Amino acid sequence: MDVQDRVIAIIAEQALLDVADVTPESSLDDLGIDSLGLVESIFAIEEAFDISVPFNANDPGASGFDISSVAAIVAAVEALVREKDLVRS
Amino acid sequence: MGRVVITGAGTINPLGADVPATLAAMREGRCGIGPLEIRDIERLAVQIGGQVKGYREEDHFNRQQIALYDRFTQFTLLAAQQAVAQAGIAFGDALGLRSGVVLGTSGGGLNTQDENYRVVYEEGKNRVHPFIVPKLMNNAAAGHVSMEYGLRGPSFTVATACASSNHAMGLAFQMIRSGMATVMLTGGSEAMLCFGGIKAWEGLRVMSKDACRPFSANRNGMVQGEGAAVYVFEDHDHARARGAEILAEVAGFAMTSDAADIVMPSAQGAERAMRGAMQDAGLNPEDVGYINAHGTGTAANDKTECAAVAHAFGAHADRLMISSTKSMHGHLIGGTGAVELLACIMALREGVIAPTIGYEEPDPECALDVVPNVARQARVGAVLSNAFAFGGFNAVLALRAV
Repeated sequence: MDVQDRVIAIIAEQALLDVADVTPESSLDDLGIDSLGLVESIFAIEEAFDISVPFNANDPGASGFDISSVAAIVAAVEALVREKDLVRS
Repeated sequence: MGRVVITGAGTINPLGADVPATLAAMREGRCGIGPLEIRDIERLAVQIGGQVKGYREEDHFNRQQIALYDRFTQFTLLAAQQAVAQAGIAFGDALGLRSGVVLGTSGGGLNTQDENYRVVYEEGKNRVHPFIVPKLMNNAAAGHVSMEYGLRGPSFTVATACASSNHAMGLAFQMIRSGMATVMLTGGSEAMLCFGGIKAWEGLRVMSKDACRPFSANRNGMVQGEGAAVYVFEDHDHARARGAEILAEVAGFAMTSDAADIVMPSAQGAERAMRGAMQDAGLNPEDVGYINAHGTGTAANDKTECAAVAHAFGAHADRLMISSTKSMHGHLIGGTGAVELLACIMALREGVIAPTIGYEEPDPECALDVVPNVARQARVGAVLSNAFAFGGFNAVLALRAV
């Protein structure tokens, strides 16, 4: 599974939906994920990819971790994974 | 029903080791938040907090006491000592039977817990000190206060997260007013600034890494602090009869539940608590000149609180002052309401309103007079102190000048 598949699987589990129902254009709101669901998803993503997500619920825009859509989250996770691999190599 | 007054106050917190130092810091708008000095800080994402700096337990307590007193208990006892000294009260047999202690805390002896979990899990040791349980239990501080002063009346400890102190003080107030007790030592204490205590909070994503800026448009979260404040609440007639100096009157108290979300605040619940406190105190909204806000500096709390104030006070909301001293001392969690009451007493007695420091950008959703950055001189006859906690628990105290 690539990053996108894994992120979608995590979000689907959080939203109690099938992975087929989690489309890249969906927003977390569309999927019924509230603020607590969001921080839980971030935790699951950090655990799955062994990355640190710089997200602050008070100022979502500031961290650069774009949560506006599933596609945006996938892209942000891919960037953090690349960064981590660079640092460790 | 009796009237209840405050005849003594004591504190140790990031702004100072007693009441005069704390009030001076509030007057000057000084910030007690800074880089944390704790173990394993490199593993923490949040590295700032309001610590009681330069504190050495061996300066205040002997070895036997240290074995039994977690940091939160130590802070409580130091604050209680100051309060009782100021009240000039001696708890003889008769009064001791009619006096108790009700304190608020959220984490209790969390430092003790953290250290000893480290010992068994990280270091793999198979024995811990025999006094761990009585040291870490939430009611340890209250227990030791009752022992120290011979308080043999009703005592317990309240845990309602960030509203613990206000609930504790509110209950102590009601107990005296109803005639159940004559004197109550009350307030709250928190010492959660250890690795585990901070790491637990990080995941919720509501903490700021740089500052606590309540009501500011660029606020980005809360900052934790530690400390304690303890008060002598006393039956008014009893205080007058012995010629005690009265700091302020505790005029009213209300507590409500949001029954909505486990972490997100509700404006309706907060509004009902403020209205309830005023009603209990026999105050009209126009009588309230100052509110010490819950004002954590999170996006959610500050705007919800301002909406609740606007609804509770109507047009008067634009005329009253509302500041958050958490900007200076941080969020003391279970101890925060207690330390914040000092700002209320300062407002009533000295006519000085503590500022909300770190205020940089006006937020249209927080368009009240938040006393930005600089303390203000103003005469106020009555004040409120707000606490709105996780679990949806709201507790508001109303104080009146004497």
